[in-house]
Amino acid sequence: MADNFTFIIDGTEIPARQGQTILKAADEAGIYIPRLCNKDGLEPYGACRVCTVLVNGRPQSACTQPAQPGIIVENDTEELTEMRKQLIEMLFVEGNHFCMFCEKSGNCELQALGYRLGIAAPRFPFMFPQRELDATHPEVFVDRNRCILCGRCVRASRDQDGKNVFQFTGRGIKKRISVNATSRLADTELKSADKAVAACPVGSILKKGVGYAVPIGERIYDHKPIGSDIESKAK
Amino acid sequence: MSKPKVATTSLAGCFGCHMSLLDIDERILQLIELIDFDKSPIDDIKEFTGRCLVGLVEGGCANEENVRVLQDFRKHCDILISVGDCATMGGLPAMRNTIPLRECLEEAYLNGPSVYNPSGKIPNDEEIPLLLNKVYPCHEVVKIDYHLPGCPPSADTIWQALTALLGDKPVGMPYELIKYD
Repeated sequence: MADNFTFIIDGTEIPARQGQTILKAADEAGIYIPRLCNKDGLEPYGACRVCTVLVNGRPQSACTQPAQPGIIVENDTEELTEMRKQLIEMLFVEGNHFCMFCEKSGNCELQALGYRLGIAAPRFPFMFPQRELDATHPEVFVDRNRCILCGRCVRASRDQDGKNVFQFTGRGIKKRISVNATSRLADTELKSADKAVAACPVGSILKKGVGYAVPIGERIYDHKPIGSDIESKAK
Repeated sequence: MSKPKVATTSLAGCFGCHMSLLDIDERILQLIELIDFDKSPIDDIKEFTGRCLVGLVEGGCANEENVRVLQDFRKHCDILISVGDCATMGGLPAMRNTIPLRECLEEAYLNGPSVYNPSGKIPNDEEIPLLLNKVYPCHEVVKIDYHLPGCPPSADTIWQALTALLGDKPVGMPYELIKYD
């Protein structure tokens, strides 16, 4: 198979290289496919399903599916946008997301996707689950109320920091982010400068002593929708 | 032709969304050309005087009185709008939703570190509306036609929604007017 080839996203022919995922190729071509659990530099995980696209008519997560010569990918369609909206709404009702006092507000990828997709209120009943907060560490806290189980901290801690601080425990609705070996964040080697801390897309893992550092109006997603940086690369 | 009527109320809210409505500044003069306020804290009319085009509801439902007022708004308003995060998702009052109601009351009236309550009783007068087990967003109690999230939604957001509805235009919001904080 040729190293360089093309395939189609929403009617546009885009270049790709052997071994690239659909998401990566789309990013380079300036086409934004919404995503949550995917982050540059981390191994693709395919957990959140927000990047689901239709590949030759079949749903696949764009972050894990390799690009193939000549495939037809649908991304920006009414049907897929509706599915993505429902996924984001389910994440909102499944946790306790109080944007009004969250330090991550304005820089939060979950919130930003809500804005981009035009969600005014989730259509599903709120669950208001009981979730634990771990504030034992002097520099960092974990608030599981805001966790969306994307696994970015798990991958960053394991693959980039080499510390394995975070892991998942439980299954299904009882699945939680946990702290390896011991139950307290304070007993780990986690440092506030670790990649695992920066990897959190929401306000679940935050540095202490930072607070509302950036004023409203100057935060990442105050004026431009998430994905604008990728779309600005389009020719 | 008489002007369309707008009613507003604050259920389990902090009146911040009403403050944001007043924050439309001098546009309130334009607004008053377009509409009359019916039941609302703005003109202090306590009961509906007739049918309203738009009802603006701030706050979610924390007690039985909130539910009765909300149902009354649904009955009297053609278009009902949830204004603010409390109305759309419960907001700050919903922080109690992960704690059993009895525990909340005991903390507030018996066990809290700053409580002075020689009677040792939790208030239970029949004049006081009974609390619901949880705080509910408005759309989990009645049908809501539009949601304006935000804590509070900006004056521009409220203005945009109201003028669109009064002009019989679709309520399309620019990106910067829908915020959850």
